[in-house]
Amino acid sequence: MYTTSEALNSAAIESLPVSHGSVASTIQVKRSPRTTPQRPILELKGVTKGYGSGATQNPVLARINLNVREGEFLAICGFSGSGKTTLMQLIAGLIRPDSGEILMEGRPIVDPGPDRGLVFQNYSLLPWLTVRGNIALSVDKVFGSWSRSERRDHVEKFIEMVGLTHAAHRHPHELSGGMRQRTSLARTLAMKPKILLLDEPLSALDALTRAVMQEEILRIWEEERQTCIMITNDVDEAIMVADRIVPLNPGPNASLGPTFAVELTRPREKAALNHDANFKNLRNGITNYLVAVRQKSRADQAATSSVAAIKLPPVQPKDFTLPSHYIHNAALK
Amino acid sequence: MNWRGTALRFCQVSGLPILEPFVRLAAGESPREQFQSIFKFIVIPILATLLFIGFWSLAAARIKTDSAQLPSPTSTWEAAKELWTAHLAQKVADQIAIVEERKKAGSLMQQAKAAENQATSLTGESKARYLANAEVFRKKALQAANYIPTSAPTFVDQTLRSIGTVFVGFSIATIIAVPLGIFCGMSPLFNAAMNPVIQLFKPVSPLAWLPIASIVIIWWYSGSNVEDAFFSRAFLISATTVSLCSLWPTLVNTALGVSTVNKDYLNVAKVLKLSWWQTLCKIIFPASLPLMFAGLRISLGVGWMVLIAADMLAQNPGLGKFVWDMFQNGSNSTYSKIAVAVLVIGFVGLILDRIMVFLRNLVSFGNPVAG
Repeated sequence: MYTTSEALNSAAIESLPVSHGSVASTIQVKRSPRTTPQRPILELKGVTKGYGSGATQNPVLARINLNVREGEFLAICGFSGSGKTTLMQLIAGLIRPDSGEILMEGRPIVDPGPDRGLVFQNYSLLPWLTVRGNIALSVDKVFGSWSRSERRDHVEKFIEMVGLTHAAHRHPHELSGGMRQRTSLARTLAMKPKILLLDEPLSALDALTRAVMQEEILRIWEEERQTCIMITNDVDEAIMVADRIVPLNPGPNASLGPTFAVELTRPREKAALNHDANFKNLRNGITNYLVAVRQKSRADQAATSSVAAIKLPPVQPKDFTLPSHYIHNAALK
Repeated sequence: MNWRGTALRFCQVSGLPILEPFVRLAAGESPREQFQSIFKFIVIPILATLLFIGFWSLAAARIKTDSAQLPSPTSTWEAAKELWTAHLAQKVADQIAIVEERKKAGSLMQQAKAAENQATSLTGESKARYLANAEVFRKKALQAANYIPTSAPTFVDQTLRSIGTVFVGFSIATIIAVPLGIFCGMSPLFNAAMNPVIQLFKPVSPLAWLPIASIVIIWWYSGSNVEDAFFSRAFLISATTVSLCSLWPTLVNTALGVSTVNKDYLNVAKVLKLSWWQTLCKIIFPASLPLMFAGLRISLGVGWMVLIAADMLAQNPGLGKFVWDMFQNGSNSTYSKIAVAVLVIGFVGLILDRIMVFLRNLVSFGNPVAG
């Protein structure tokens, strides 16, 4: 709960503009900006979710506890099938938890809304609208009270922000994967959400586009400084963008692992990071943790399963085909 | 996009890939490849058609009964020319009749004026008589001026009448089927309620519908003067039968399109908190347009097929009635004229189908499907 001393504390910080410059510079150097206790913008308390009911009930998430601070970039990292998307849909309000509660700014989340901007894994752009039309759809709805020209300028601003001014008149089927994801990102950002939810936004892209888009997302985030939760299966990507990384243990009954704080200076250079000892330690730590919990989860499943494990004979596959140069150099009969 | 891209896109969207090699040839792309496709898509079909006409001639020479003979391609061609000249002659005769009636109207008006003039110089009973005469002349003149030729409809008139009938029937079907389909797709409850009715009536043939449709139309018209009605009774019976049969493909396809709208699009609507009506107009309707148009295309095809049978039975003066009348009267060229009608029916059906393909490709978000 929000105690009186905390409220006083944060109020005191906000009303102290004197040391602003020095505080800002320390933030630049070492990114742990919120050392003061502060009410989290998003709280998950004992959230449990499963699909189906009765005997066929398939538990996905169990007892998820998570606090997200305002303005931070949080990455949730886990194997595919561990319930990452379910977690995102819970926060977005598209589905309701079976038990536990999700609070945003102290109020429980009961339905989806434009204050939590969700960027979908597969873009979900509307194929009959152009890039501009897709973005305008959300702007017109969320900022319906604005004048027509204000809304148009707003749309154009976000098209420019993701660098799609030259393609604003095109339809989604005429765009590359990266451009589609930019459009999807612009559509969500244009709603000015309090929390940006990125559901594996880059997993459908090739490695090169992915690297470019990571930097793009970071650049936009540095500009807007929104609270951002990103789900990913790529540890490097998580370290590249996030302030904090929370591993999601494999399901069923997935729960969150220990938090890893990313104490790397921003802006982060991908090439430089590869030689950074801090980065290497962090990557090894998270990867080892994820691999270990997966092994444990598999062992647990095998132990509880009633089906006897099949003993596999110690056979290695062997390639019997001749290398091509044997064939090419063979004597003709 | 340059002119070539535009032209190629037109070929694709309009469902006319036949034109593609010509566009590429004009743009100077490898002539060898283009001639190959021209050979494949144009020369081969033409050869096949010639072969078909050859077999047709052979069959026509052999298949004979005491009273009739299978029409040969040449006699069909002759019959087509005959029908066309008859149409032109009829139109000329009608025009002449109209001009004559107009002249008559003019002279009648003069007579009326003369009678009125004379009436001014008279008084009493004779004045009243002259004025009454003038009134009669005026009425006759009006009738003559509004003269509509009452000649029997020609083959071309009947073809146009058929197209008009199918258009009205198809429009009625669309107006009913699209909203019903949207409701069925959106509400599983409504769908469950409608499903037995849809499944039961979907396979019913037009010939079974027609008498029931005619009862409703006759009831509708009872009490009013048949001559004054905007649509004739036979026309409405035909159109209603067409719409009853072409309702189902649109209904079923629209329901399918609406119920299979991508979940992600609906999530977008939820995140934006679109209202029910906004979700319908901005997400569901555009997303289900391609399947809806696929249904409309099938509906129009079914409607055109059904129309011929409906015309025959309802005696609506369209192509169906033409075929029936020809079959009944049994002159020398009867069967050739029926063959002409068959070809015209096929050609109009083809054109209608192409129009629907074009419309469907326009709403398919850049994934045109040929054929």
